[in-house]
Amino acid sequence: MNINATLIGQAVAFFIFVMFCMKYVWPPVITALQERQKKIAEGLDAANRAARDLELAQEKAGQQLREAKTQAAEIIEQAKKRGTQIVDEAREQARVEADRVKAQAQAEIEQEINSVKDALRAQVGALAVGGAEKILGVSIDQNAHAELVSKLAAEI
Amino acid sequence: MAEQTASGYIQHHLQNLTFGKLPSGDWGFAHTAEQAKEMGFWAFHVDTLGWSVVLGLVFILIFRMAAKRATSGQPSGLQNFVEVLIEFVDSSVKDTFHGRNMLIAPLALTIFVWIFLMNLMDLVPVDFLPVLAQKIAGDEHMFFRVVPTTDPNATLGMALSVFALIIFYSIKVKGIGGFIGELTLHPFGSKNILVQALLIPVNFLLEFVTLVAKPISLALRLFGNMYAGELIFILIAVMFGSGMFLLSTLGVALSWAWAVFHILIITLQAFIFMMLTIVYLSMAHEDNH
Repeated sequence: MNINATLIGQAVAFFIFVMFCMKYVWPPVITALQERQKKIAEGLDAANRAARDLELAQEKAGQQLREAKTQAAEIIEQAKKRGTQIVDEAREQARVEADRVKAQAQAEIEQEINSVKDALRAQVGALAVGGAEKILGVSIDQNAHAELVSKLAAEI
Repeated sequence: MAEQTASGYIQHHLQNLTFGKLPSGDWGFAHTAEQAKEMGFWAFHVDTLGWSVVLGLVFILIFRMAAKRATSGQPSGLQNFVEVLIEFVDSSVKDTFHGRNMLIAPLALTIFVWIFLMNLMDLVPVDFLPVLAQKIAGDEHMFFRVVPTTDPNATLGMALSVFALIIFYSIKVKGIGGFIGELTLHPFGSKNILVQALLIPVNFLLEFVTLVAKPISLALRLFGNMYAGELIFILIAVMFGSGMFLLSTLGVALSWAWAVFHILIITLQAFIFMMLTIVYLSMAHEDNH
């Protein structure tokens, strides 16, 4: 418990430790701490920015989606319209075609009827001439009466 | 231990291993308390110096190791621990000291950790290291104290270093005139030059005592607390020496309880020493005259 030169030794040791601490311990650690602080601040900043970007992107995406939906609806509407149009056109064409076919068939029938009528007329003329020959018992000059017979036949 | 008396045991524990000039003229270790006393000022407490240097090296090496590996990335175990301490000291300094000074923060860190480590030696059972040292040295009566802060030389050595810094910064910031003015023109001042001249001795007496009280109180507070703490550990250890089962058991319980309480004291004293150093140095930097 005597006061002696120990205190000088202690003071010297103290001085050396403080110097060492000041030169080799304090600066690197405090620099690292400050750097980390800056890093964290930057990180938080970046996170904030990213969140804002995300929000914007989501908003944009939603908008685009809505636009796409309206576009799609328009296209469908148009397609429907075009569809009905095509069906109508087809129907019209079919009707025209049918009419044409019908008219043709009718014409053919008419023609057939006329040719049959002509044949019948010729036969009826011959029959009438034959009948009249038999009735009159004379031969009728085919040539002399041809005009009469064809007149008859036309009356049938 | 059995043939020792309780008071002899206690006194033995309170005597430092002193190296100095023996009456015969040779340099050597003192073998009795009287011999140590006769060595006068030019003697060294080898145990105090040894342990404080070893503990200082422990502090320096651990912190240097962490400082070398310090990165701004994710900190690992040791770095985390060191960073917590450094941040704690740094914020303590920043709260109190507002100037720019590269010395004060590392100084405060060194004081806090070093004193804490020296105080921590108090928690090692009182006979453990002394007996170990006696066995190694082969001298059963060798004096050996392991807690440097229970030696007033150690605390005074640090307090006087702080005192030197106080005076250095006072003069550096305020100039010699300012420093002398602070000592003599305060707290009583007068516009009348004659009255002022009369007041100077009064002021000087007050301010000088205030100034000198700083290192003395700094040293004696730490020393007193640690000395008392160690003394109680020694007193409890005397119970083991009694050889009675009941008393020894009680001694173990008491020793444990006191150690738990002492954890608070050693931390608190290290913190107080650091905090007061910061406060004194920040006062030395303030120029308000």
